[in-house]
Amino acid sequence: MSFNDGADDCNPVSRKPGYSSAGRLERVLRTGHFAVTAELAPPDSANPEEVYARARVFDGYVDGMNATDGSGANCHMSSVAMCALLSRVGYETVMQISCRDKNRLAIQGDVLGGAALGINNILCLTGDGVQVGDHPEAKPVFDLDSISLLETVARLRDKNEFCSGRKISDPPRVFLGAAENPFVPPYDFRPHRLAKKIAAGAQFIQTQYCFDLPRFRTFMDRSRDLGLLEKCFILPGVGPLASARTAVWMRNNVPGIHIPDAVIKRLEGAKDQKKEGQKICIELIQQLREIEGVSGVHVMAHRQEDTVAEIIEKSGVLDERQLWSPSSDEVLRRNRA
Amino acid sequence: MYSVRLWAARHARFFEVIYRIFEPVIVKLHPLWKSVGYQRAEKPVGMLEKLSKGLLFDCKMCGQCILSSTGMSCPMNCPKTMRNGPCGGVRANGNCEVKPEMKCVWVEAWEGSQKMKGGEQIQVVQLPVDHSQKGSSSWLRVARRASDLKQQEYKGDSK
Repeated sequence: MSFNDGADDCNPVSRKPGYSSAGRLERVLRTGHFAVTAELAPPDSANPEEVYARARVFDGYVDGMNATDGSGANCHMSSVAMCALLSRVGYETVMQISCRDKNRLAIQGDVLGGAALGINNILCLTGDGVQVGDHPEAKPVFDLDSISLLETVARLRDKNEFCSGRKISDPPRVFLGAAENPFVPPYDFRPHRLAKKIAAGAQFIQTQYCFDLPRFRTFMDRSRDLGLLEKCFILPGVGPLASARTAVWMRNNVPGIHIPDAVIKRLEGAKDQKKEGQKICIELIQQLREIEGVSGVHVMAHRQEDTVAEIIEKSGVLDERQLWSPSSDEVLRRNRA
Repeated sequence: MYSVRLWAARHARFFEVIYRIFEPVIVKLHPLWKSVGYQRAEKPVGMLEKLSKGLLFDCKMCGQCILSSTGMSCPMNCPKTMRNGPCGGVRANGNCEVKPEMKCVWVEAWEGSQKMKGGEQIQVVQLPVDHSQKGSSSWLRVARRASDLKQQEYKGDSK
């Protein structure tokens, strides 16, 4: 795509004045387009080709890919390495950082290293407890929490200093994100927690799976009353449910996931549950887009990544936008020649 | 103790009043702490603090007490030691993701803060905790900081 400031999406972007990063995601959001990000599952492998193969399924349909950092407390390839591999090819990545496995020394080192390797976006998370993952015997670190992590990265970027106050020479130019979960208690506190995240430095928010629109609307209304929606971009989380059984399993076993009974009933009643799950996801995206203050969606299609392109296509949220992919560079070069 | 801790958070307003009376006393005792030596006072005062707050709040002696900002629910009892609010894993019944039998420390904190006069303190961003302070007395820290501030003001005025 091209921007009204003359830059086109295929060129390596430079940082515009007033922007935090040189990234495509920040540009798309700030220019008022409906952004689409997707969660990229890291491989259990040391083969870079596996990373590229997983990224390719999103080509042309997402503005950025989140590389998860041991999500669900399961061990995988690190997010910093995933993002480094992907940004070599030109992909826009969101590096997730969880506080579970690293203390402030390791985290700040990764922020500097990640930014040096071309990462434009960082998502600050607390992380799941080790008990849900594949290494329950591991030591949980939690030296920082999501909000003090945001503050730490913002301090590196805006004040050129570490947590300790020691100066750094070149700050990491990153667009800062955080997560929010409006669907679990204490509900009344959630908008205030969003306010804290924004105060600590969050510029965009990706939420936990949204299957409960009324609750999400309430959260957005409260946030609007607090004047938060002008201060950050909100991308609610969505994703296709594979079947009613998976939905029930997720609800019972994955921390923080709220799926109303009505959604599960609808899946149970469908002939093709997988197709119905996708249909629900498409409808949700379209309904979310209508909510004032929603700037995009974050698609989490765990083990169904191949369905994301079709879901985005059918939802129609990209309008006329042509999104960047490694092949669009080729096309542009050919056109120019 | 878990049940005492829940009770304390339910009576957050009461403990807020108590602390409002108690803090100036600790600060006024600065000459005493100074003559004994803050280092030497650390052991008995720390012990007293650990005993009383341990009983009431399951205090973990982080050395940087923020009970007044967390509805009198100690955030160091959170398995993720979150000092700024709940994580996204709180169960639908308000219990902890990591310890399903325990009520989320931040659900308690939010309810406690709603009962307090200064409850809006819960909205202040807490900076990363200083782990080198672990085990030390927050009360003495408060007294020392207050007297340092006073001295600075005094110096500022005399200039």
